[in-house]
Amino acid sequence: MAFLEIANLQKDFGAVRVVKDFNLAVEPGEFVSFLGPSGCGKTTVLRMVAGFEEPTDGTISIGGRDVTRLRPNQRNIGMVFQAYALFPNMTVAQNIAFGLRVARTPKADSDARVAEMLALIKLPDYGDRYPYQLSGGQQQRVALARALAPRPKLLLLDEPLSALDAKVRVSLREEIRQIQRNLGITTIFVTHDQEEALSMSDRIVVMYGGRAEQVGAPFDIYNKPSTRFVASFVGTLNILRGTVTDPARGVVDVDGNAIQTGGELSRFAKGAPISLALRPEAAALDNGPAPMARGKIMDVSFLGSVIRIRVNLGQNTISFDRFNSPGSPPPAPGEPCGIAFAAKDILVLDD
Amino acid sequence: MKTNRFWSWLFLLLGVAYFVFPLIGTFEFSLKMRRGAYSFDAYRTVLTDPQFQATFGYSVTMALATIVMGVVLVVPTAYWVRLKLPSWRPVIEFITLLPLVIPAIVVVFGYIRLYNTSSWLPLTGSAMGTNILLMFGYTTLALPYMYRAVDTGLRAIDVGTLTEAAQSLGAGWITIMTRVILPNVLVAVLSGAFLTFAIVIGEFTMAALLNRPAFGPYLQLIGANRAYEPAALAVIAFGITWLCMGLIQLVSRFSKLPNAGR
Repeated sequence: MAFLEIANLQKDFGAVRVVKDFNLAVEPGEFVSFLGPSGCGKTTVLRMVAGFEEPTDGTISIGGRDVTRLRPNQRNIGMVFQAYALFPNMTVAQNIAFGLRVARTPKADSDARVAEMLALIKLPDYGDRYPYQLSGGQQQRVALARALAPRPKLLLLDEPLSALDAKVRVSLREEIRQIQRNLGITTIFVTHDQEEALSMSDRIVVMYGGRAEQVGAPFDIYNKPSTRFVASFVGTLNILRGTVTDPARGVVDVDGNAIQTGGELSRFAKGAPISLALRPEAAALDNGPAPMARGKIMDVSFLGSVIRIRVNLGQNTISFDRFNSPGSPPPAPGEPCGIAFAAKDILVLDD
Repeated sequence: MKTNRFWSWLFLLLGVAYFVFPLIGTFEFSLKMRRGAYSFDAYRTVLTDPQFQATFGYSVTMALATIVMGVVLVVPTAYWVRLKLPSWRPVIEFITLLPLVIPAIVVVFGYIRLYNTSSWLPLTGSAMGTNILLMFGYTTLALPYMYRAVDTGLRAIDVGTLTEAAQSLGAGWITIMTRVILPNVLVAVLSGAFLTFAIVIGEFTMAALLNRPAFGPYLQLIGANRAYEPAALAVIAFGITWLCMGLIQLVSRFSKLPNAGR
């Protein structure tokens, strides 16, 4: 049995159903991310797990115990908020000790736990400071320590990195993941940043319109998106619109190029419209005699280690990246060019 | 530029004179009890008058009770309105402003009609009952100031998220109120408390009509019957008000420290 079980969860706000039949089982020690655009219901699901919102229907159980109707302060959950939410009237140490004081932990134990937590977040000498004396990243680490101090069974992170600047965000996400691994605490992480979700998670739940569109490991989510939304939301994706010319051999016409897909397309009629998806890393310039497709360079962005090239095929454009190499200057816009990609890298989008 | 300065200074001086001359006059008069020499005789008479001590003590006690009542009533209400019923805020604000519009005499007549000895809750039947009624009356009078102060204090903190953070750490409502919300609006509560204190110490109408031995009616009594003592009492009353205002300033200066980083 899974540690956290969410079954048939629904949530209505007035007449609007914001979470629709959400099901998820999280194993002990697992790090699961909810990824999706704003308004997709990911935060609402998290808040229902925390107890801040009451589900319209469905059940949530933690460690085999049904907590659906329990109040938030009875669930033994640690939560970290986007806005830090440290208590401004308390020092760092008092903030971290808050949950322990509420649980009436003896002072000696509580002091030891606070010191342990301060060491864990690498701020051992900051116990006497007030939150306003800390930077955003430091405040969020204190918030993490405060959430972890009472040894919760489940850790909920609600976009904890969104308010921080880019550099701190990257270092803190590695730190959070490391602490989570060391403690082995089951964690749910809500984010709209796909890079965060892909780099940190054991599994990702991609959400859209109140539904879980796909649940899977980052590698599978990225490489085998099961719906068009997942394909377009995770990573940058080239979508090519064409028509099927040979269903049996799986050939599709895109702007006059005969493109071979990875398999047969017998479920499509000859001449039916079709959408194909291609990851930017699967394409490359090919100036040989028989490229997969021909087009014209539209623009070239030099990004340092990477050069981003966009090629116009006619109706469709393909954008892809190439590593910078000092020996070969980037092509100029307007030049005709060929593009190569493997048939197996082409995803056929059904919906 | 120079003329501007001149006129500014002139009007400032006129304004100051308008406020200060009556005070100086009152103070000077209060020192004249002994013929031909300045003395603090009037103050001595007033301060040693057992009735002064009794009424002042009574009013201070009432003020403290009113402050406690006001805090217990207003802080949870303002908090709850901010947290769960934001659409109710205009309504609550309107209600808290009513005491400024309805004269105290109307309120107290209403009280006497509602709670007289032949009513279902005969509060005016005993001294303690009347004291409680008077405290409720004072709480009503102080409501606009108390509510506004607390509501402004709550605006400065993220009430919703702090509440959720405390809840997720296992805290119940009482812990949240006493350890998280109240300490963070303490400065606002204190400034509301000092205003309440100043109002209660000088209040006349309610205490007089409910026939309680408060400081306000005592001021009136002395004023009607003595020559020099009322001036001394007026100066003392001003002193108390100024002390309260000074304390508000002091408290809000302290509060600036932890707010500096925001």
